[in-house]
Amino acid sequence: MKLDLFAIYSIWLREMLRFFRLKSRLIGSVGAPFFFLAFLGMGFGSSTTIPGIPRGIGYVSFLTPGIIGMTLLFSATFAGISVLWDRQFGFLKEIMVAPVSRIAIVLGRTAGGVTTAILQAMIILLSGMALGMIVPSLQGFILSLVFMILIASTFVGMGLVFASQMEDMSGFSLIMNFLIFPLFFLSGALFPLDRFPSVIKILAYINPLTYGVDGLRYSLIGAGTFSLSLDFVVLAVSCAVMLGLGAYLFDISEVK
Amino acid sequence: MNCITIAIDLMNMSPSIAATDDSAISLCGLTKRFGDVVAVDSVDLEIAKGEILGLLGPNGAGKTTIIKMLTTMLRPTEGEARVWGHNVAKERNEVRSSIGVVFQDTSIDNMLTGRENLDFHGRMYGMDGSLRKKRIDEVLELVDLTDKADIKMEDYSGGMQRRLEIARGLMHHPKVLFLDEPTLGLDAQTRHYIWQYIEKMNAREGVTIVLTTHYMEEADYLCDRVAIVDNGRIVALDTPKNLKDLIGADTITLEVQSGGDTLLQSLKSVDWIKSTATSNGTIELRVDHAQARIPEVMIEAYKNKVFIKSVGLHEPTLEDVFLKFTGKKIREAEGAGNPMRAMSMMHRRKG
Repeated sequence: MKLDLFAIYSIWLREMLRFFRLKSRLIGSVGAPFFFLAFLGMGFGSSTTIPGIPRGIGYVSFLTPGIIGMTLLFSATFAGISVLWDRQFGFLKEIMVAPVSRIAIVLGRTAGGVTTAILQAMIILLSGMALGMIVPSLQGFILSLVFMILIASTFVGMGLVFASQMEDMSGFSLIMNFLIFPLFFLSGALFPLDRFPSVIKILAYINPLTYGVDGLRYSLIGAGTFSLSLDFVVLAVSCAVMLGLGAYLFDISEVK
Repeated sequence: MNCITIAIDLMNMSPSIAATDDSAISLCGLTKRFGDVVAVDSVDLEIAKGEILGLLGPNGAGKTTIIKMLTTMLRPTEGEARVWGHNVAKERNEVRSSIGVVFQDTSIDNMLTGRENLDFHGRMYGMDGSLRKKRIDEVLELVDLTDKADIKMEDYSGGMQRRLEIARGLMHHPKVLFLDEPTLGLDAQTRHYIWQYIEKMNAREGVTIVLTTHYMEEADYLCDRVAIVDNGRIVALDTPKNLKDLIGADTITLEVQSGGDTLLQSLKSVDWIKSTATSNGTIELRVDHAQARIPEVMIEAYKNKVFIKSVGLHEPTLEDVFLKFTGKKIREAEGAGNPMRAMSMMHRRKG
């Protein structure tokens, strides 16, 4: 077990080294959410009132937790899928013949993916505050970190599930456009959910990111739609399911 | 059958236990089927500690599948294999701790430097910091990459990447090192260097080495014993010398200006010439130790006043052995395999 913790740490460390070495990836992955935040924030700004947003809360304050959710979604899913790169470049074999349990490998990768996703989310949070978001309380910030970990773990797990079913990166754009973007738009990240017709609302309610964004809003700006405990329970369950499934599929797909 | 005998021996505590203790690896009826295709067909093999054993055969012969089973990457369909006393199907982690593997395709992290790749490897095998540092310097020195240690792997040449992978395989002091096609796609000079590194680490670290190759010269140069693999079976297993001796004598080919018949007549009475053959102006002699016999043939020709234009000498090679056991040349056999796969392998490892 001691060895396994060391292995988890080592795999995490490698992810960190890679992340900070690939400067273009760091900048590139924060770019899209930053522009969403900056241009939507400036565009809707203070001039328009959007129905459904609680009184006294500006659009930028409403939007920033949503864009943090978006950042976590994109970055974590990509981190999970990037197991495929390792398979393609053969590095996965190096890990697979090491005397390290499969669970440790999955946990190490997840820890790496979660850390990189949260680092990017922090950049968005700071940008949001610079653009006029309400400054969160310390307790609120710490609570939001819990939600960020749960959101990121859920989607690293989802990425691992896809990686186990894919041969190479060619299917990535399909997943990007037909799954990740819909998950993002249906999460209430950009506008309140009650603007949607009821059929679409159902889709939003089965989207774990909806609860993630809601939890982030509760903790960061003190305003959400559901209750904090519901957000937490739904996310904790989806995180356990996704990671468990991802780990299981990763394990059986690699024994071949 | 073999496994059963060993099991009984162990129970009776008979002296033959000593013999099994000497083997680094033992395979018994090892079989792998992919659907209807039998990739490895009931292979028995004992590999001694400290030995360099080569699995020689064309692509698709089953060499890599054997290695994959021995390194716990694939589960055997039938039969049993033990590596350093551990069952490859049941004691996977113990097997993994005892072995080092250098894969056929590159398996390094391109974004990391050589040193970082080695450090990651040491961590995966539970080595502590000071031990890793010391060992990294040792293995880098072994493959002459000390001064390239802090360069990113993507800036290494193909040969350097391979050397680093070999160093990495040794990093955690494995008992057995598996090298799957260690010189595939490398140029002749780099190949010779890598052979020297492999010899050096076998001598210096006493590590048992199992390598696969489809290069005859490689098997001949490096291996204590060679197993010729064809269609998932081991068709011959012995030292390169003994295998070549199976083919028999060397051949001396003489190109004669004139008077060939006279020479042939007088050579027929020489007792060390096993057989003779002749065809338009050339004479073929089958002899042992041909190099030492050529001067004697020259003297015989001089005595008979026969002018010889040229002399050719052919000693049996593993290629001949391969031909004898499989009925085909290794290059032909390869063509029948999957050329696309071979090409993509070559492509992946950049020069």
